[in-house]
Amino acid sequence: MKYVEEFRRSDLARVLADAIAREADTGCQYNLMEFCGGHTHAIFRYGVQDLMPGNVKFIHGPGCPVCVLPIPRIDNAIALAREPDVILCSYGDMLRVPASGRKSLLKVKAEGADIRMVYSTQDALKIARDNPDRQVVFFAIGFETTTPPTAVAILQAKAGKLNNFSVFCNHVLTPAAIQNILESPEVREMDRVSIDGFFGPSHVSSIIGTQPYEFFAEEFQKPVVIAGFEPLDVMQSALMLIRQLNEGRHEVENEYTRVVSREGNVKAQMLVAQVLELQRSFEWRGLGMVPYSALQIKQAYAEFDAEKRFAIPVSQATDVKGCECPRILRGVKKPTDCKLFGTICTPENPMGSCMVSSEGACAAYWTYGRFREKTALEETAA
Amino acid sequence: MRLDVRKGRVDMTHGSGGRAMAQLIEEIFINCFDNELLRQANDQAAFPVRSGRMVMSTDGHVISPLFFPGGDIGSLSVHGTINDVAMSGARPLYLSAAFILEEGFPLADLERIVVSMAKAANAAGVPVVTGDTKVVEKGKADGVFITTTGVGRVPEGINISGDRAAAGDAILVSGTVGDHGVAIMSSRENLEFETAIQSDSAALHTLVADMLAAGADIHCLRDPTRGGLATTLNELAQQSGVGMRLREVDIPVLPAVADACELLGLDPLYVANEGKLICICKAADADRLLQVMQAHPLGRQAAIIGEVTAEEPGFVQMDTGFGGSRVVDWLVGEQLPRIC
Repeated sequence: MKYVEEFRRSDLARVLADAIAREADTGCQYNLMEFCGGHTHAIFRYGVQDLMPGNVKFIHGPGCPVCVLPIPRIDNAIALAREPDVILCSYGDMLRVPASGRKSLLKVKAEGADIRMVYSTQDALKIARDNPDRQVVFFAIGFETTTPPTAVAILQAKAGKLNNFSVFCNHVLTPAAIQNILESPEVREMDRVSIDGFFGPSHVSSIIGTQPYEFFAEEFQKPVVIAGFEPLDVMQSALMLIRQLNEGRHEVENEYTRVVSREGNVKAQMLVAQVLELQRSFEWRGLGMVPYSALQIKQAYAEFDAEKRFAIPVSQATDVKGCECPRILRGVKKPTDCKLFGTICTPENPMGSCMVSSEGACAAYWTYGRFREKTALEETAA
Repeated sequence: MRLDVRKGRVDMTHGSGGRAMAQLIEEIFINCFDNELLRQANDQAAFPVRSGRMVMSTDGHVISPLFFPGGDIGSLSVHGTINDVAMSGARPLYLSAAFILEEGFPLADLERIVVSMAKAANAAGVPVVTGDTKVVEKGKADGVFITTTGVGRVPEGINISGDRAAAGDAILVSGTVGDHGVAIMSSRENLEFETAIQSDSAALHTLVADMLAAGADIHCLRDPTRGGLATTLNELAQQSGVGMRLREVDIPVLPAVADACELLGLDPLYVANEGKLICICKAADADRLLQVMQAHPLGRQAAIIGEVTAEEPGFVQMDTGFGGSRVVDWLVGEQLPRIC
C-alpha cells in the first residue's frame, strides 16, 4: 500500500527509537498527551510504547467522538429512535454506547426501533429518499473531521427538498476541549497531572489546519505537534515534542505535512460555517459544560434540526457509579486505575463510553495492552 | 406441468406437504443432488458404518448477500460443514441439508443455489443424502437459510482436538487470511466497492488428508471462520490453557485484502475465512508439514505464524511488524469501520 506501508517500517522505527532514547533526558519525565483516539489506537495496535524509553509516557486524551458524548445525549437519541415512523441513522460505534437504564441503541433496536448503521451521511440521505413516508434522523457525532459531511448533507437535503430528513447535531470542537483540559483544576492548580506536550490530531487538523492550536501553545506554554496516524508519525512527533521540551520551546509544529496545512481545508470550513454555528455551551462526558465547544444548526436550516422538529424529553442521567471515564478522558487516571476496568466493564459489556470504541482508551488498553500494567484490583489484592 | 423455474416463486404450498412440495423436491432437489440414497425417497438415509470413531457437525447458513464473488450460500453450506467435520481429521462421508425458504423467493435463484451446492458436493465427493424443506411467510426469513449436517469417520490413531495445544508447538495457517469477509463486504448493499477479491470458500478435507498422510503429530485443527484468525486462536488458547505468540510479518494477507481493510478500518486478523485452516503441531514436524501443505492447491501460501507458549495462558500476543508487541484479543461485536 503506497503511502501507508512506508510509515510502518520497522527499520525506520528502530532508528527513531534510538534517536528518542539518545535525546530524551534521563533526568526528565516526558508526559505526552495524544488528544485523539486515532493515535491511541495506533500506539496500541503497533506496540509503539515498547519502543519508547521508560521516561516517555503517552497519556490518552478525550479525542474519541463516541466517548465524549454524555449519557443524556444518547438518551435523547434513543428517544428519537422510539418516535413513531422514525428511522435513526448512526455511525456503528455509537450503537453500543451505554445510555441510562442499561439501554443502548443496539438494545432499543432489538426492541423494534428502526436504527440503521450507516457509513456516511450520504447513506442516510439515500434512506430518506427511499422512505419518503418515514422521518429519517441522522445522529451526527464527531470532531471537525465528520462535521463537513453533515453540513453538506443538510445543504443537499435543502436543495433536494428532502423534508423527511433531519440531523441530531452533536459535533464538537477539538481546540476548545484541549483548552478545557489545560484549564482543569487537576492540571492547572493542583498540578496533579503533568502534561508536557500534545500530539495534535491528524484528520481534524486536515480540516481546521494548525493555526487554531497556536493560541494555547502560547497561552499555556505547551508544545503541540500535529501528528499523522501511522506509527512512524507518532514516533517522529514524539521526537519533535521531546526536542521542543529540551529546548524550552512551546510551538505548534506540523509533522503531518503530507496532509495538513496552516490554513486547513478552507472549502470545508466555509461549508460548515454556512450551515452550523457555535453553541454557547455543550456538555462533554468527562469535561462537563465546555463553553463554545460544539456546533448547532443555524436558524436558516432549522427545518433540518431534529431537536426542533421533535419534542425530545430531557434526560438528567449521570455516569454509572464507580466509572472513571470522566477522569480517564481528562488524562487524570489510567484505565487500569478504574475498579470497573476488566471486572464488570469489558468491551462485551461496557459500562462507560471509553470501553466502547476502538479509539477509547479503556478499549485500547483492554484489547491491546492488558499485560503492560496490572489492573487496580490486582494491585489491591497483591 | 413442470415448475416454472424461470419466472416462478416459492409460495406457501411448497412447504405444505402436498403435491406442490413433492414437485419442488423432485424437480429441484433430487434432480440436482441425484444419488442413490436420496432416490430411495425415505425420510432418512440409511448407510452402513465401519468400526471406529464417527464425527458429526452441523452448521446454519444465513449469509447476506446470497451470491458473492467466489461463491454463494449453496457452495458455502457444503464447504462449511465439510470443513467442520474435516477439522477432527475425519474423512467426510455424507451431508444432509435443510432449507428454510421465504415465501416469494425466486425459484430461479433457488435452483441456482441448489445447482451450486450439488456441484460443490460432487467435487468434494460428499453427497447430500437427505434433506428437508420448509416455507415461511414473507418477511419471516431472508430469502433462504440452509442448515447442513455432515458425518465423517476418523482414521485409526488420529487424535485432533482443540484442547491439545502444548507449549512449544508450532502454529500454521494454510493461506491468506480475510479473503472471504472482504469479498462479502465488497458486495453488501450500502458498502459496495470494486475489488477483484474472491471468497476463499473451499472444502479442506483433501488438504487435511494430505497433512495426516504426512505422519506429522497434529494436535489441533480449526477453520477460522467468523471472528477470523484472531478469535479462533483465542478459542484454542483458552481451550488448551496455553498462551500463544504470533509474528505479524509471517501472517499471509493478500495486498488487496490489506488495502480494503485499511480503507474500512478493519483488521484482517478478525475477518472471516471459509477455506483456511489453522494447524497446531509438534514443533519438530512443522517444516515437513508446511511443505506438504504448500504442495496442495489449497495450501500454497501456508505459513508458520507463531508458537504456543506456557506464559499468559488463555491469551494470544503478537510481535507487531513495527517492532512492538500487543495482545490479539477476541472479536467484540462486529468489526466496524472507525469513524473519525
